[in-house]
Amino acid sequence: MTEIISLVVAKYNYWLYIVLMMIGLYAMIAKNNLIKKLVGMNIFQTAIILFYVSIGYKTGATIPIIKNAHGSHGAEAAVIHAAEYINPLPHVLMLTAIVVSVATFGVAMALCVRIYQRYQTLEEDELRMRLSEK
Amino acid sequence: MLWPIDLIVLTFVIVTAVAAISVRDLLGTAILFSVYSFMMCLLWAVMGAVDVAFTEASVGAGVSTVFFVAAVFSTSRRTKD
Amino acid sequence: MKLLGFIIVCLTGTFLLYGTSDLPDWGDPNSPASLHLSNHYIEKAVAETEVPNLVTAVLADYRGFDTMFETAVVFTAGLACFLLLRDFKPKEDRYYRHVPTGVVLHFKDKARQLRVGTEFEAVDKDWVPSDMVIKTVCRILIPFIQIYALYVVAHGDFSPGGGFQGGVIFGSSFILLAISYNLKTLMKRVSEKFLGIFSAVGVLIYVGIGAIAMVMGGNFLDYSTLAPLLPVNPGHIRALGMLGVEIGVGIAVMAVMAIIYINIVSQGRHDEGL
Repeated sequence: MTEIISLVVAKYNYWLYIVLMMIGLYAMIAKNNLIKKLVGMNIFQTAIILFYVSIGYKTGATIPIIKNAHGSHGAEAAVIHAAEYINPLPHVLMLTAIVVSVATFGVAMALCVRIYQRYQTLEEDELRMRLSEK
Repeated sequence: MLWPIDLIVLTFVIVTAVAAISVRDLLGTAILFSVYSFMMCLLWAVMGAVDVAFTEASVGAGVSTVFFVAAVFSTSRRTKD
Repeated sequence: MKLLGFIIVCLTGTFLLYGTSDLPDWGDPNSPASLHLSNHYIEKAVAETEVPNLVTAVLADYRGFDTMFETAVVFTAGLACFLLLRDFKPKEDRYYRHVPTGVVLHFKDKARQLRVGTEFEAVDKDWVPSDMVIKTVCRILIPFIQIYALYVVAHGDFSPGGGFQGGVIFGSSFILLAISYNLKTLMKRVSEKFLGIFSAVGVLIYVGIGAIAMVMGGNFLDYSTLAPLLPVNPGHIRALGMLGVEIGVGIAVMAVMAIIYINIVSQGRHDEGL
């Protein structure tokens, strides 16, 4: 019993991230509206970003901004232990990923607007019908 | 990090994600997606990723919602599912 | 399709859940991701760069080449929106409102023009009465938002923030102007040419700082070689180089956010919108 509880405590975050990712994947596959598909894509993206950020988390560590470093010059600063600060590397990778995701989201929205201008619909089945008519 | 906050916010994230993809109005989807992004931002702030949380608060909950509403404004609110 | 999708999602989810058994425990300080490179960043970043915010130090210095191309991606997204949506044809239908009486005139003939002045004003298709409360509050708020954005860019070395966030906040102040007044007001103050030039200038500032470092005899984006150019403590030169590239990133992101919003909301015609 205690083994199961320790397993759940250690892993429940990952399980919920996977549930979130699968919600996004389901929306991408099964939804009919193009904008709904985009929302699914964004949910998928944020689930992956969430997973990456959680990799860098360390129990008992603080945010990755060095304490008392403002104004000190290199050698005079106190000794820094890596275990006291959260891993900054996943944060950097994911910070740029978020900004790129909003840029791609904007381009995708522009494509949706363009599709709507030409076909007057955003539903996938209607679009397929219009395309097969021609 | 306190595990109750983590669990509550994660539950909210999943509920808003399901609501955002199942509501039958694209403007509603836009606002629910904004709520989703903001909950995600809270989760990252709790996790200690302050820079990522700041980016998500300004980008995900702010500007991408505006893009979403602008796109819905220039297309249509109607959706079949 | 719904059932098939559900089956695929369940299968993928099961495999991923099975895969989590090999992952390290959540929050484990000895997980492989926290053992190798990141310890060097945490322990040496302040000594090497004098920047307390490790995320900014890694973003703009250690992984500066990566961030340069992220900025290029954002610039390309703005360009793609422009190319997809921009429509230079003048619109057939125009609407004018007679200010004293409130009558809206609809012009379908392209040749007939009406002089816009105190008597007539050009309006959108759906005319919304301007609300004094919204306009006044937004007019007061916008400068503060912009100053906050500049603070976020400039203070990114010491606190959460940086070029991406500051640029987005500055761009959203333009969007607030467009929403509270109308799109024409924004286009009058911030022209399309201005935004296009600034989105390119931001990337060029970033690349230019890297190229100057090369001219001074170092590697690309090696800020320490910039020390003879600036009259500061040579230990602090890396922080200043990072500030320079963050400003470049901020300018590019600010212009691109405004370009994407304006093109989407007016469907590329730049005349009316939210």
